[in-house]
Amino acid sequence: MTAMLEIGDLHVSYGQVDAVRGVTLDLQPRQIVSVIGPNGAGKTTLLAAAMGLLPSKGVLRFEGEDLHGLDVEARVERGLCLVPEKRELFGELSVLDNLQLGAYSKRLRSAALKQRLDSVYARFPRLAERRVQRADTLSGGERQMLAVGRALMAAPRLLMLDEPSLGLAPLIVRDILAIVRALRDDGVSILLVEQNARAALETSDLGYVLETGEIALSGASEQLASDPRVQATYLGGGTDHDD
Amino acid sequence: MSAARRPRTPQLVIGGLALAIALAPLLLGSFSVSLLNDIGIGSLVALGLVLLTGVGGATSFGQAAFVGIAAYATAWLTTTQGLSPWLGLLFALLLTGVSALLIGMLTLRLGGHFLPLSTIAWGLSIAMLFGNVEALGRHNGLSNVPALTLGSWSLADPRAIYYLIWVIVGLAFLFSHNLLRSRPGRAIRSLRGGATLLASVGADAYRVRLSLFVTAALFAAFAGWLYAHMNRFVSPSPFDVRASIEYLLMAVAGGLGQLVGALVGAAVVLMLKNGLQDVLPMLTKNAGQLEAVAFAALFILLLHFARGGLMGFVRRWAPGLLAPAVPDAAPSAVPPLPRRQLPTPGTPILSVQGAVKRFGGLVAVNEVSFDVNAGEIVGLIGPNGAGKSTMFNLLTCTAAMTAGRVQFLGRDITGLPQREVARLGLARTFQHVKLRPQMSLLDNVALGAHARTRAGLLKAGLGLDAAEERQIFQEAQRQLARIGLADRAFELAGSLPLGTQRILEIARALAADPVLLVLDEPAAGLRRKEKQALGELLRKLRDEGVTILIVEHDMDFVMKLVDRLVVMNFGAKLVEGAPAAVRADARVQAAYLGGTA
Amino acid sequence: MTWDVALILGIDGLANGAVYLLAGLGLVLIFSVTRVVFVPFGDIAAFAALTLAAFETGRVPPTIAMVGALAVVAVAVEVTSLSRRGEFARIPKAVLQWGALPAVPCLLAWLAAQPGVPAAVQVAVSVLLVVPLAPLLARIVFQPIADASVLVLLIVSLALHFLLSGLGLLFFGPEGSRTQPLATGTLMLGEGFPVSGQIILMVASAIVLSGLFFLVFERTVVGKALRATAVNRVGARLVGIRPARTALLAYGCASLLAGLIGVLIAPVTTMYYDSGFIIGLKAFVAAIIGGLVSYPMTALGALAVGVVESFASFWSGALKDVIVFSLLIPVLMLRSFLSAHAEEDEEEVDQ
Repeated sequence: MTAMLEIGDLHVSYGQVDAVRGVTLDLQPRQIVSVIGPNGAGKTTLLAAAMGLLPSKGVLRFEGEDLHGLDVEARVERGLCLVPEKRELFGELSVLDNLQLGAYSKRLRSAALKQRLDSVYARFPRLAERRVQRADTLSGGERQMLAVGRALMAAPRLLMLDEPSLGLAPLIVRDILAIVRALRDDGVSILLVEQNARAALETSDLGYVLETGEIALSGASEQLASDPRVQATYLGGGTDHDD
Repeated sequence: MSAARRPRTPQLVIGGLALAIALAPLLLGSFSVSLLNDIGIGSLVALGLVLLTGVGGATSFGQAAFVGIAAYATAWLTTTQGLSPWLGLLFALLLTGVSALLIGMLTLRLGGHFLPLSTIAWGLSIAMLFGNVEALGRHNGLSNVPALTLGSWSLADPRAIYYLIWVIVGLAFLFSHNLLRSRPGRAIRSLRGGATLLASVGADAYRVRLSLFVTAALFAAFAGWLYAHMNRFVSPSPFDVRASIEYLLMAVAGGLGQLVGALVGAAVVLMLKNGLQDVLPMLTKNAGQLEAVAFAALFILLLHFARGGLMGFVRRWAPGLLAPAVPDAAPSAVPPLPRRQLPTPGTPILSVQGAVKRFGGLVAVNEVSFDVNAGEIVGLIGPNGAGKSTMFNLLTCTAAMTAGRVQFLGRDITGLPQREVARLGLARTFQHVKLRPQMSLLDNVALGAHARTRAGLLKAGLGLDAAEERQIFQEAQRQLARIGLADRAFELAGSLPLGTQRILEIARALAADPVLLVLDEPAAGLRRKEKQALGELLRKLRDEGVTILIVEHDMDFVMKLVDRLVVMNFGAKLVEGAPAAVRADARVQAAYLGGTA
Repeated sequence: MTWDVALILGIDGLANGAVYLLAGLGLVLIFSVTRVVFVPFGDIAAFAALTLAAFETGRVPPTIAMVGALAVVAVAVEVTSLSRRGEFARIPKAVLQWGALPAVPCLLAWLAAQPGVPAAVQVAVSVLLVVPLAPLLARIVFQPIADASVLVLLIVSLALHFLLSGLGLLFFGPEGSRTQPLATGTLMLGEGFPVSGQIILMVASAIVLSGLFFLVFERTVVGKALRATAVNRVGARLVGIRPARTALLAYGCASLLAGLIGVLIAPVTTMYYDSGFIIGLKAFVAAIIGGLVSYPMTALGALAVGVVESFASFWSGALKDVIVFSLLIPVLMLRSFLSAHAEEDEEEVDQ
């Protein structure tokens, strides 16, 4: 079966910094893969490159198609969506407008659009309550839901989430990750980037640990969760590897 | 590795140029001499723009208005009041300077793109004013402006005033050259690095910009005065926005990055204008209209393909020609700059008490208190989003506290502007390195000593600050030696890898002779070897008596370095203590590794 | 100053303000999506006016040649850039978009110049003919440097104005012209107080067009996409909105507004090839009052500028423009204090 997302020996640099150095990663359909690691490891850069916001060198394939010639908008059209760390919502527009624009690339007719909206509202009832409110009046958790909801409006086959737990209270993090699992059950593949290692490993099937731009560890999430080397990566005193 | 010898070529080029300029009136016809006069006058205005826009980063679309103020001032004084043109010079300088000061005070605090927009506003207003005031002759302007006289010599002839113009041009370039290599010059060259950078070395970006603005206006004033007494006639049209754009074109075409670009640009633009006036009538009967179109089109093409101007090409193909000056031999020793008395080890230097920072409904920092004592290295750590950066900004007074206090050396510094805190002895580095890539390592470090000396713009331009400069450079060399970069003093900072740049920033902070050094995530993005070098440097500095507070998220780096750790999470202080104890604390582990409720 | 005089001045001011309002909306629209302060806006308005004047004197408008020339350059630029990227397959569509599309209003204009064409058609065609101007200029001049700083874009914009001004002189000549009023008749306000139909038309147009503007932005997907791009460019890309396309749409709308303004003021003022500058500048003052982001504030600002100008001209005809532009400074100061801007590192001088 063709991998959903194939990343091979990827290098991404911006300015003076080589943020991603030779990362190889595979994501199969209907899988949740998490990329964890401390701050500054290059996780956000990795997603940005996969989405096309940053140039990169190396293998980058989505459902077998080379992504390098495609701009961000073309990748969205092909079913690859990103919920970025900063959410990038349209603050002055209403929740409804944000969601409608989420489906912009699919040019849906109003019946199909309504159907999709309803399914998003079903997942995120709070958004339905606040549909006419401006996006920048929402709380942190609601904004995260809106960002995910907006991405879902494009019915992506691969959804990339950059630190969905950032700035959120633990209970809300739990809710969001439950939704992530439900999405996978509905057929969406998920690439989850997180600083919150335990939560990410609980949710995902496979885990990759990124440290200063390189994969330090990888394997089944269950096994990584109890691996002491993961703790060392976060708290220091870890594996000495050469650059 | 010894420092490279400075190439002799620039000096030869300048000498040759000076000779050519001196001989020109004897060899060329009147028309050419007049053209050279125009070029000289234009280059004065363009020079002001190179300083203001090229170096200082403040675009002005109103320089022609300053030329006009001076020209009209002297014309009015000499025609209606019948006074000497030399008094006219004083009057013109005074009037232009005061106008620039007022306009600058009103507009230079404007941020972003509002500043250049404001220059269009007053540039337009002043230009329109000229054409509408009765006393200035309205659209007819003022005529019969007397020529200049030096004793019994009249400077009415173009060949005579030529020498005065070019002497003034030469002096202006010399002044600018001296200025840029001095203490105020380093501050001016750092304007583009942002107000926070200047505040961190104790300088006030607004005041630096204001003095630069007035200087550029005064250069334009000289041009205006010369213009009035050369043409002996002033009217509104040479001082409108179109003229301002033409001056800007001169500066851009020549190259905003180099002083000499002003001269090159003025020459190119005016000769091109002349050339077009000769050629276009042969091509079409609409020559007059086409000239403006051709010019504008050329300007646009220039901005598309060659934003660095002609000097930008020179820089690319013959970089040696424009490399910063390197002295041939090590300068002799001078008495060092006075140093601060460092407090006895163990006494509290910095005391944060109940710091709170709210952004609307969000509490980013929630009642955090901790101390930093003399002679120790303290680490402030926490996971992403813990509020470390906000805390950092609060204690360096980069951001205002919602509640709480910070005491530094026994003084309450809550609410003081950042530059004052810097002057008290708190030096900092930046998470995103704020070096001046086009300045040498030595110059970058010398910027750190800004608050330790006092030479102002005038003194610097006139070259009267030599003794102070020697002291500053000796200090800068000392700091470079301390971090191991002494032999690379004259390289450009932009050529360094990130790790070395971080260390250079620390040298700049040390040049301020600080009591407390506060470092903002210095290990971010560094390779393993670079982190090792950084750690060794910091330990060495601590052993020499420098107190260090380091905000970091790289646990590995911090554990092996600090004496004490303060851990933050969700804006509050979680735990404080020795590294080993903190690492073993279950709460810290939970904070970093996360989990769900 | 009696109440009568004040009322006349006020109404006059509002009428002018109505024009500045439309221009201000166009300027803010372009700036919010592209960060370009589109100085040539006024020139396009002037060209629309001069086009209508040409129709009325039975001449074929020289604007056709201008649009044609720009279309040729745009096609050349687009084909070159596609070839450089190796995307040869997209060339035919590009030629169609940049060459054939602008040719349509040119053809219409040529047809409308024939004798016997009703005035209303000529007015409509005058507006249509200038619509391609801003997008063409954007493609040629602004798109290649779309990532430059706001300052570089501003300098280019100013240079472009002078270029257009020169072209205007070349194509239209130095004579001024005034067209027939679009609306005749007068309305009586109260006792013996006439207001000309033209003024009513100007104010009404401003109201209707602002209303349309608002509707498009609030109710249509395209309008929302435009707003989204203005509010968050990265977010827009992430939902598949291409900023370059929305930019062209914004320019097109602005051109349309400029064209409408041109035909509205053509009967009221004598228009020369460079009359656009002054109009654009005053609209610019209005846009600054709105901080280059807020449409309602821009509208209020425009009305204020119109009224201030009207009263200032009563006090001193010669100095009225000086007063209006000097007002810009306190407005800028207020704006700057109100908008806390994040400190940006200014770019190094390009080498």
